[in-house]
Parts: sequence; structure tokens; C-alpha cells
Amino acid sequence: MARVKIREFDAKNLILAKLNRIYKGILIDSTTNLEQLSLQYPWILQEKLTVKPDQLFGKRGKLGLVLLNADFQQVKGYLQRHLNKEITIGKATDKLTHFLIEPFIPHEKEYYLSITSERDHDILHFSEEGGINVEENWNKISKIEVPTLQELDLEKINIPEKIKKFIQEVFHLYRRSHFCYLEFNPFTFDQNRNIILIDTVAQIDSCGITMLLPKPFGRKSHPEEEFVAAIDKESGASLKLTVLNPKGRIWNILSGGGASLIYLDAVVNLGKHEEIANYGEYSGNPTTEETYQYTKTILSTMTKEHHPQGKVLLIGGAIANFTDVEKTFIGIIKALQEYQDPLRKGNVSIFVRRGGPNYEKGLRLMEQTGKELQIPIAVHGPETPMTKIVEKILGVSS
Amino acid sequence: MNFTKQTTAIFYNLKPLPIQQMLDFDFLCERPPSVIAIVHPGKKGVHKAFFGQKEVLIPVYDSLQEATQKHQTAEVLINFASHRSAYPAAKEAMETTSLKTIVIVAEGIPERQTKELIALAKQQHKLIIGPSTVGGIAAGSFRIAGYAGGKIENVIRAKLYRPGSVGLVSKSGGMMNELFNIIARTTDGVKEGVAVGGDLFPGSTLLDHLLRFEKDEKIKLLVALGELGGKQEYDIIKARQEGRSTKPLIMWIPGTCAEIFPWEVQFGHAGAKTGSDEESAKAKNQALKEAGIIVPESFERLEEKIKETFEELKKEGKIIVEEEPMPKEVPLDYAEALKEGKVRKATNITSTISSDLAEEPTYGAIPISKVIEENYSLGNLLALLWFKKKLPNYFIQFLEKCIILAADHGPAVSGAHNAIVAARAGKDVISSLCSGLLTIGPRFGGAIDDACRYFKNVVDNNTLPAAFVEDMKQKGISIPGIGHRIKSIRNPDKRVELLKEFARQNFPATKHLDYALQVEKITAKKAENLILNVDGCMAALFLDALKSSQQFNPEEIKEIIEIGYMNGLFALSRSIGIIGHILDQKRLKEGLYRHPTEDILYLNDKE
Repeated sequence: MARVKIREFDAKNLILAKLNRIYKGILIDSTTNLEQLSLQYPWILQEKLTVKPDQLFGKRGKLGLVLLNADFQQVKGYLQRHLNKEITIGKATDKLTHFLIEPFIPHEKEYYLSITSERDHDILHFSEEGGINVEENWNKISKIEVPTLQELDLEKINIPEKIKKFIQEVFHLYRRSHFCYLEFNPFTFDQNRNIILIDTVAQIDSCGITMLLPKPFGRKSHPEEEFVAAIDKESGASLKLTVLNPKGRIWNILSGGGASLIYLDAVVNLGKHEEIANYGEYSGNPTTEETYQYTKTILSTMTKEHHPQGKVLLIGGAIANFTDVEKTFIGIIKALQEYQDPLRKGNVSIFVRRGGPNYEKGLRLMEQTGKELQIPIAVHGPETPMTKIVEKILGVSS
Repeated sequence: MNFTKQTTAIFYNLKPLPIQQMLDFDFLCERPPSVIAIVHPGKKGVHKAFFGQKEVLIPVYDSLQEATQKHQTAEVLINFASHRSAYPAAKEAMETTSLKTIVIVAEGIPERQTKELIALAKQQHKLIIGPSTVGGIAAGSFRIAGYAGGKIENVIRAKLYRPGSVGLVSKSGGMMNELFNIIARTTDGVKEGVAVGGDLFPGSTLLDHLLRFEKDEKIKLLVALGELGGKQEYDIIKARQEGRSTKPLIMWIPGTCAEIFPWEVQFGHAGAKTGSDEESAKAKNQALKEAGIIVPESFERLEEKIKETFEELKKEGKIIVEEEPMPKEVPLDYAEALKEGKVRKATNITSTISSDLAEEPTYGAIPISKVIEENYSLGNLLALLWFKKKLPNYFIQFLEKCIILAADHGPAVSGAHNAIVAARAGKDVISSLCSGLLTIGPRFGGAIDDACRYFKNVVDNNTLPAAFVEDMKQKGISIPGIGHRIKSIRNPDKRVELLKEFARQNFPATKHLDYALQVEKITAKKAENLILNVDGCMAALFLDALKSSQQFNPEEIKEIIEIGYMNGLFALSRSIGIIGHILDQKRLKEGLYRHPTEDILYLNDKE
């Protein structure tokens, strides 16, 4: 299954619970009532605290977003300054919406531990000189490869017994709980010689997920995406939607994990990437009802605003192995009929290219629909190269 | 592992379509059926499938163990189990000696489980194809998992029924099929094509298959389609550099579009995800190109690169194109051909009252939900399903009154009695009901229907009531609908009075009732109890309703009476009462009924 990143808060909760330890951490978002917080967590008034964003991006210290050794008043001040503030990291711009408050642990020694999952083994990296400069000290890292069917053996490694035991436990739960990536940088000991996780990054196989998944930093939320994700979850087939640019001209209903990439690549290749509105993919022979719901979602989103040149709907796919083209197209057509008015008003044109079981019937139905609804629908079968329609849409020829 | 015309498979999870598609491919390639056993937990017996026009029986076992023991020659397991049960089935297959290749179709198997299977496969020297794959095709030899290559027309168009010179491996199943077609257009076709599946860690990698193709002498040219995400393509570069893969290789990595997303995107395949730079499509294409692999500028140029390379190999004499055989014709599946409008067949049954073809069953053309929403009464329902018309209100109400009036006549009448006896003999509700209903006929319950016929006849022929009575007397037939056990002119039947009252107030005309009443006038003079009874009244009014509704022409009315609608109405109504008696007897837990001997006159011949 797919790997997904989870919040530091969730990762620590999950890991510490499996280690039978209590996790002292509070996830703050815009709905949190800061004035009431100490009622539930009295320790925030008694201890020194740290606060940092918890939105799946790293290098928070270097970005100046980590507040250390602060009292709760200072934390509130920090949150007032940062909550809902927009920042840019690399190409992604997004609001800071989630923060993590934890007790501040004064410490000297910082350890590094990471576990990555490769095809034939899991790789463990450990260093007694972790922390912000771990990469500079990479030569001091010990690397252990643990083949899939073997257990971790730390006998020959010279590290304190307490850390050994901790690493053993973490490695076990890493495998058992479907983690794909785990990094503690750093972890340390508190005054009572308990191991404390300072910063944690985790990826988990989506089969092991029980929590609500956070969206990647920079990705805007669209209710349409959630609606499609809900259909996808219930379905035996696969239906995916990522909205990239709601004002974009080119909207996509693409079939097949591989073919969908080929179509978007073609648009990007012709230098028109700013026109791409979404990544939309279905595969695995969805039912007529599912393609209807899916298409409806896309049509409702794309017809909200008009584009001066008129928008384009690209219904593209390779030659399907077992997805019934006719059956899936009947669902798409039902949605087109329902949205015929907005489609005509928005001057939308539709381009279709598809092959596979019953494609002749599917394409014929699509062609008829275009005539009936008086919406331009250009229909192509497997004899037309896949991305020829992209050239037609963009008015270029290669 | 090589797939040949002799390769056979055990199919895990009984999926008729892909099994049939494997057999259709076998028939097309003129090889024996490749699926020789099916495992389906909880099922045993045989599965029928077509091989050409003939049917073959494939044994079904409920355990893989039994199937492998009995079919040692099968080297391939086509594992069509769901993502929940695919892992244990694959693991079990690893432990067998006979199975060499395990194809896992399911999408969504946890990475940890796949990793375990990969490690086990290495130990046991097995080949895994998948998870999350449609399989593949060894042209002319073996169809791996049934769906690869699509419908038979596409298999023929892509010339997959005979081997060519190209070895194809792809992450994507859909793109593999597209490439089957592209390769058939530009070369002498595919020798073998495999989709490794869209997961990050497929059971066998692109390289694993390229290395298999390296050993296959028939394969002269390699085509591989990778994907962004993961690093498996770098292993190919290594193998090229080490000289383990030497045949001309044309390759493309889709997913260059990923860079336009400012955040991390998960594309359709689980493994297709933006990650580190080296996992990007751009970096991988670049690295492959630098390693001397033929990488086009874009996917669109892949076709011409394949063509160019093929033509060169041909010119160099490394590929000799063989003569094209004619593919065998695979019979169309009847259901399929029907759907495609390629065959027609006269139907055996006609139905005009309801349908279950639409999303929701309909009564006539009306969806059942509408019948509920619009509060159809029982009478309206009869109008819809029996008369196929919208009937006026008085007609509907009349039908409902008939149903209520005739619903029960106590336990002593033959219908109820029979049902009670049957129920007490321990028979179920339906059998007991039938036993009661079977008594309805000329002597019991049939009077309404008979009265309808007589009254219709005399009114149509303008026979005078007196003449009618005289005629019946002559023939010695008592007039149906006339006469009551207890009631008389001075002690009238209240039910009849109510029906008459209702008709006078609501029916536009009551010609038949008036006629019947004239008959009553004559007969009641002969004997006090020879009055129009409830059966006769219903019959006369039914005729009046049919006629005055103006919905039926004389032919239709004649047909309705001949068919015996009133018998139907009586049976419907009386079923309510009969069921009531049956339920009553069952509630009372009454034992077997035996008729008392003193109530029977035994008249046996003396010895």
C-alpha cells in the first residue's frame, strides 16, 4: 500500500503507547481554547515548554519556528504570532495551522536513530552525535542492515544497554505497526534517565493508519477531494482527485495509474503546466455509479468559474485491460447530462481517447452525447496515439 | 522460469471471467487449457468453462494444499485473492515445491507483507509477479492472470497469439496493454510482456524481468516503462554496466509532471510519489540515458525509437521476421455477443406488466418507489398490474370492497377447511395455502366468475329476464349468483345492500345490476331465499364497472370475463382468510386432524 506521512504528535503517541509510556504532548490548532488548556494539562503552567509547528515539514529549527525553554505565557505569545500565518517553504506556501507543545527537556547528549525500509532489508542508522548537525557528523553514524526475515542483532554494537533495549523495542514496533520510515533526531535522556523523543518524523503504510491523515504542507484543501477520497475508500476500484489549480483551464479524468501520468507529462512537456487544474485518476473497473459520482464532482468544480478561452475536459486513458469502457462511460455521460447547462455556458469542450473492453460502444455513446447536448466532444479510439488529443487541446502539433 | 505452451496454472479464487479469458487465449494459441485447477476456500467440485465452443470442467478445491498435491505439473499460481487473503495464500504457495511463479493481483497489500514474500521468494527460488498487477502475456504461450491484453479482439490486434522479438516490462498494466499495441504496430510484436505492478516494492522488479528476457534467445529487443518514485530503475543501470543486461533497451520513466506540484503528491499507483530528487522521473530518465540506454525525449517519441531500433536489428540480420500465421477464431460468448448486438434470438417469454431491468423494479412503467410515494391503494395496484390502466375511483373502491367482502367465510368452507387440515398435518404456510386455494373452482368460489359470464351473455343479447330464468329452468341449471342459505327478500343480505347502495351512488350506470335485480324479482317469487346473493351482486357490478369506466372495448371486456379475472380476485381475497386460518392453527399448535369415524358412513362389501 501507499506510504503516508503522519504528524509528529500522532507518531509519538503511537510509538510511546506501544512502549507502554505516557506521551506528554498537546496538538494545538485554531480550534484549541488556550485559556482552558491548563485545566486539562496542568503541567503547562508548572514546567518549561517547547512549541513548534507539526505539519510534516522539517528544518523547523533552521526556519526559526521552534520556541524552547519557554513558559506558557511565552508559548501563547508565540502561537498568537504564528497561528494561521502564511509561510513559504521551497515552492509550497501554506498557513501554519498545527503546533505541538511539549515539556522542555534540558539535555546535553543528543542521539540519532532512523529506520528506513528497503526492498530486502530495513536499515538502521544510529549515532551518539545526533541533533541539528547530524549530517555533518555522518561519518560517526553506525549503519545496520537487517534482512527482512532476520531479527535485529545489537550484540556487537557498543552502546549503553538502556539505548540498546530502546532501539530493540522501537525496531520491533516499527515492523509490527507497518512503519516505513522513522527518525528520532534527536532523542535524549531526561533527569530521571528516561528516554525522551525530542523530534520525530514518521511514515507509515496506509494499511496501518487509524488516525486522520494530515494534508501535505502547501496543499490546499478542497471538499471535492475529500468526497472522492470517501468514494475511493468504499470502492473496490481506485478513484483519485488532487486539485492543483481551481482556475486552471485543463481538467482531467484520466484512467490508469500509468496512463494518467503520460497525459499530464504531455501537457507539461508542451509548456502548459500552468493550465492544469487537477490530477484525476480512476482505475480498477469502477461501477457506473462511481464514475458518475466522480465525474459529477469534477464537473461541479470546473464549472464554478468560467475561463475566457473556455475550459477543457480531458477524458483520457490507455487501452484498458479489464475496465469496461462502456460501463464507466455511461456514468460519465450521466454526469455530463446533468451538467449540460453549466458546461455549455462555460464553453467547455471535451476530448476523449480510450481503448479497452467495449470501447467501441463507449465511444459511440460519448459521440452521441456530444450531439444531443450540443457540447463539443471529440472522440478517439486506440488507433489514435494517446496524447494526440493533448496536442489538439493545446493547438500544437509535434 | 519460462512461460511456454506447456505451462499450466492453479487459479486461486474462482473468478469466471479471467479464467475464461485465459482459456480463450489458450484456444487462440492452439494450446491445451492452461488453468488446470481452481482453489476456492469453502467450495469443492468443478467449474465449467469454455474451451472454444466446447465446455471443459476444471476441478475446484477448497485448499491450495490439495490442489498442488493433485496437480504437480502446475507451476504457476494465479493468486486472485483480495488484499486481505492474498498474503497467506502466497505464503502457502512459497512452501510448495511444484509452484514456481506466484502472480498476485490484489492491490493494497501492506508493504511489510510484500517484503516478507520477496524474502521468502528469494529463499525458495520463486518468481513473484505483482502485487497490484494485471499480470502479463507470453505471446502464443501463456496468459498470465487472464486480464492482461484485454478482450480477445485486442489480443488479436496486438498479435499476442504468436511470439515476436520484443521483451516488454512495465510498472503499469494499462500502459503495458497500450505498448502491446504500439509494439505490434512498429515491430514483429511482443514475445513476452509483464506488468510488475504499481507498488513501491513489486515482488519482481523491472530488472528481474529484463534479466529473464536476457536469457530468452527469441527476445532481441527490450522495452521497459518505469515510473517516478522508488529507485529500482537504478538497478537496471548497474546491471547494464556489469554486462548482465546487454540487449538493446528502450526505456521511459513517466511522471515528469510531478515537478509542477508544489507539495508531495501521491499519484494513482502506490509507488508513484514525489520523493527525493533521485526518485524523480527526470533524474531517472537522465541517468538511464547516460548509461547508454535508449531514452526518447518524451513518451510520444517512444514509438519511433522502438521502430528505429527494430529496423536496425532487422537490417543487421539479428531479427528475421517470420511469416504471419492466421489466428484461430475464438467463438464469441453468447452474452457478450448479445450485448454487442452481434446475435439475435427470439425470446421465449413475454412480460407486459412489470420489469426488473431498470435500476429499480417497475410496476408497468412506474418505479415502485413512486407507487409508495403516491400512496397507491391495493385497488390502484390491481389497476396497474391486472388491468394495466388507470381506473376511475369508483372502480378501484369497488375492487377493494370485493376483496374485503370475500376475504373469509369461516373455517367450514372447503378452502379454509382444506388449509386447516393441511396446516395441522404439519405442512408449511405455502403448501397449506395451496391446498386451500386448490378447492376454488366450479362449486366453491367460482360463482362470481360464472355469474359474470351468464349476466354478460344475457345483457349483451338483450334476453328478457323472464326468458333467462325460464331457459335456465329448462336446462336444469341453478342461476349462479342467485340464492342464499338463510337470507331472503324480507331478511336481506346486508352486504348486498351496501354494495347496491355504493353502486347507485357512485357508478355512472348499473345496467347489469338492474338486470340481475329483475331476475331476482322473478326467482324470489318462486322461493323466498332465491335472492341476488353477494357473488351475483359482485359479478353484475363488475360488468357495470368495466363497461361504464369506458376504458375497455367490448373485445377486451369479453377477454377479461373469459380469462376469469373475478376468479383471480376471489383467490386473492380469500388467500387473506386462508392464511389467517393457517396462522391460527399454527399458533394454536393444533395436532394432526383425523376425521371422526362416526362421521363417516362405512359401506364396505361384506365378505
